[in-house]
Amino acid sequence: MATVQFKKIVKRFGDNLVLNGVDVDIKDHEFVVIVGPSGCGKTTLLRMLAGLEEISDGEIFIDGLLVNELHPSKREIAMVFQDYALYPHMTVEENMNFALRLRKMDKAEISSRVTDAANILQLNKFLQRMPKQLSGGQRQRVAIGRAIVRKPKVFLFDEPLSNLDAKLREEMRVEIAKLYQRLNATILYVTHDQVEAMTLAGRIVIMNHGIVQQVGSPIEVYRKPCNLFVAGFIGSPTMNFLSGKLSVADGVAVFSNESITMPIPAFVLPQKEAVAGREVVLGIRPDDVLVERPGGEKCSCKIDGVLEVCELLGHRENLYLKVGAQRLLATVEAFFNRSPGSAVSLCFNYQNMHVFDKATEQRISE
Amino acid sequence: MRDNMKKELSAAAKRKRLNHLLIHAGIILFAAACVYPLLRIFSVSLRPGDKLVSMDLSIIPAGATFISYTKLLGDTMFLRWLWNSLLITLATSFIGVSLASTAAYAFSRFRFPGKKAGMILLLSSQMIPAGMLILPLFLMIMKLKLMNTYLGMIIAYSVSSLPFSIWILKGYYDTIPRSLEEAALVDGTSQVGAFWRIILPLSTPALSIAFLFNFTTAWNEYLVARVVLFSSKQYTWTLGLFELQGQYITQWGMFAAGSMLVTVPVLCVFLYSSKWLISGLTLGSVKG
Repeated sequence: MATVQFKKIVKRFGDNLVLNGVDVDIKDHEFVVIVGPSGCGKTTLLRMLAGLEEISDGEIFIDGLLVNELHPSKREIAMVFQDYALYPHMTVEENMNFALRLRKMDKAEISSRVTDAANILQLNKFLQRMPKQLSGGQRQRVAIGRAIVRKPKVFLFDEPLSNLDAKLREEMRVEIAKLYQRLNATILYVTHDQVEAMTLAGRIVIMNHGIVQQVGSPIEVYRKPCNLFVAGFIGSPTMNFLSGKLSVADGVAVFSNESITMPIPAFVLPQKEAVAGREVVLGIRPDDVLVERPGGEKCSCKIDGVLEVCELLGHRENLYLKVGAQRLLATVEAFFNRSPGSAVSLCFNYQNMHVFDKATEQRISE
Repeated sequence: MRDNMKKELSAAAKRKRLNHLLIHAGIILFAAACVYPLLRIFSVSLRPGDKLVSMDLSIIPAGATFISYTKLLGDTMFLRWLWNSLLITLATSFIGVSLASTAAYAFSRFRFPGKKAGMILLLSSQMIPAGMLILPLFLMIMKLKLMNTYLGMIIAYSVSSLPFSIWILKGYYDTIPRSLEEAALVDGTSQVGAFWRIILPLSTPALSIAFLFNFTTAWNEYLVARVVLFSSKQYTWTLGLFELQGQYITQWGMFAAGSMLVTVPVLCVFLYSSKWLISGLTLGSVKG
């Protein structure tokens, strides 16, 4: 297995700047997920690593070797494509051993590698079938099998589950996680699905508009998003954002807008004097909006609101609230048992409160 | 209620049967219209003497004989003409398809200046009537000192059917997902290897069509052959058959026998390549 380094990677398609100075270091045996909205450049970055896209500027290293000019076949990588890309005129077995045959590998070795991969992916029964005779999930497994038999330095996955239905996607996600534990390989995985990113990744690279926004473990990017984009992109349902102004009164930072005025604890914003008077955006995840319920815990710092809509999800319930002109989403335990239009009291879990500068969109809270 | 439903169902079944009957009758009529001229020629080829017109409508005429066939094969250079045609046609088809398949790949996959203009130019060359090409082809082949040679004919035929073949193949390549070639590149092939191992095997339906087009065009061509070939030893069958036509008399029996014999190679090629003309070979390769 190997390390991968992207150094100041730039990609232009004509006048269109797709990647703008991407710097990412991937350690040996690491599972890194690149996540971002459509068109953010994540697939382009992966394709550049594979050698399928020219590099406009910057350097890519695999295991310390500069691969900018290296042909894809010489990079010792294997790629699983979004649309499987199985060779339709070959059987499953021929698809899996194609790369090994090209390398003129010993027949016994080829057979043993294909059998091993087929065992891991439960494809033994399908080895003589043609791709068109397989289901979507089986085709995806063949595509993964084709990558495994190569024993490459780096595995590249380009949105491999995006064409599967929700149930199959969940199953395959677990399969890929198991596969990683088994292979202990360096994996670079591109997706726009943050659930895949959060569940599979050792580290997540979040991209937007061709720029890396944040690199960190799933819990880091969830708990401490470095800017408004990451805060809004990671987490489902999306974080609540409250625009307002910061001031300092009696030595305490106070957030206020036309609907809500509340103190911000010092552990959230220690440098309150420095940020006083700034326009800010307060970020609170729906899980951290605490709504009082009869017989439950009482809020210490109450904010009055109105319940607009309830959405029962099973064990959780989404509450759409309105506080003055401000709309908020709270996710609480089912069953809230209050009818829409009723008055509610709520407060926020300050431990998980995020404060962002409105102008720079960067995090200013701890 | 149930009776009504039964009646409706049986009426629908009757309508369906009637539709099938009409469709089949149409198809049989069409097939008969296609086969009839061939049967008439076959009939003429079996008639004793050189009667083209006869009141007899039977396919096997009275006193049927293979004398026209034996005379054609024994007394004329028909076999030589057939061989010349076959050689020129096969070479034209293979060269034409090889050139078209690689040119179409470049047009389909690569970006280069003049790509769009090139495609339009190829298309517009098809709009020029064949007669207009005779003189430039004659001058070109004469300058190349290839008059009355197989090579001259092969070059003339290959270049004239190239634009159509390129269009057919380019259109087909466009439907093959690029990810298949990219997967092959990552797996270890070169660009040429990906073309050879992935694109070509997947393009057999389009290659077959291009081959058939080249084959039938070259096999049946008369005008260019008339201009390029002048010794009867080098004639293709299209020119050769007209040797049987005299100023006052035409040997219709031998003419018809020759016409029957020259359909055999085309028929064989059609039957053989029909299995490659099945589309949908790319099914299952990618999502969907």
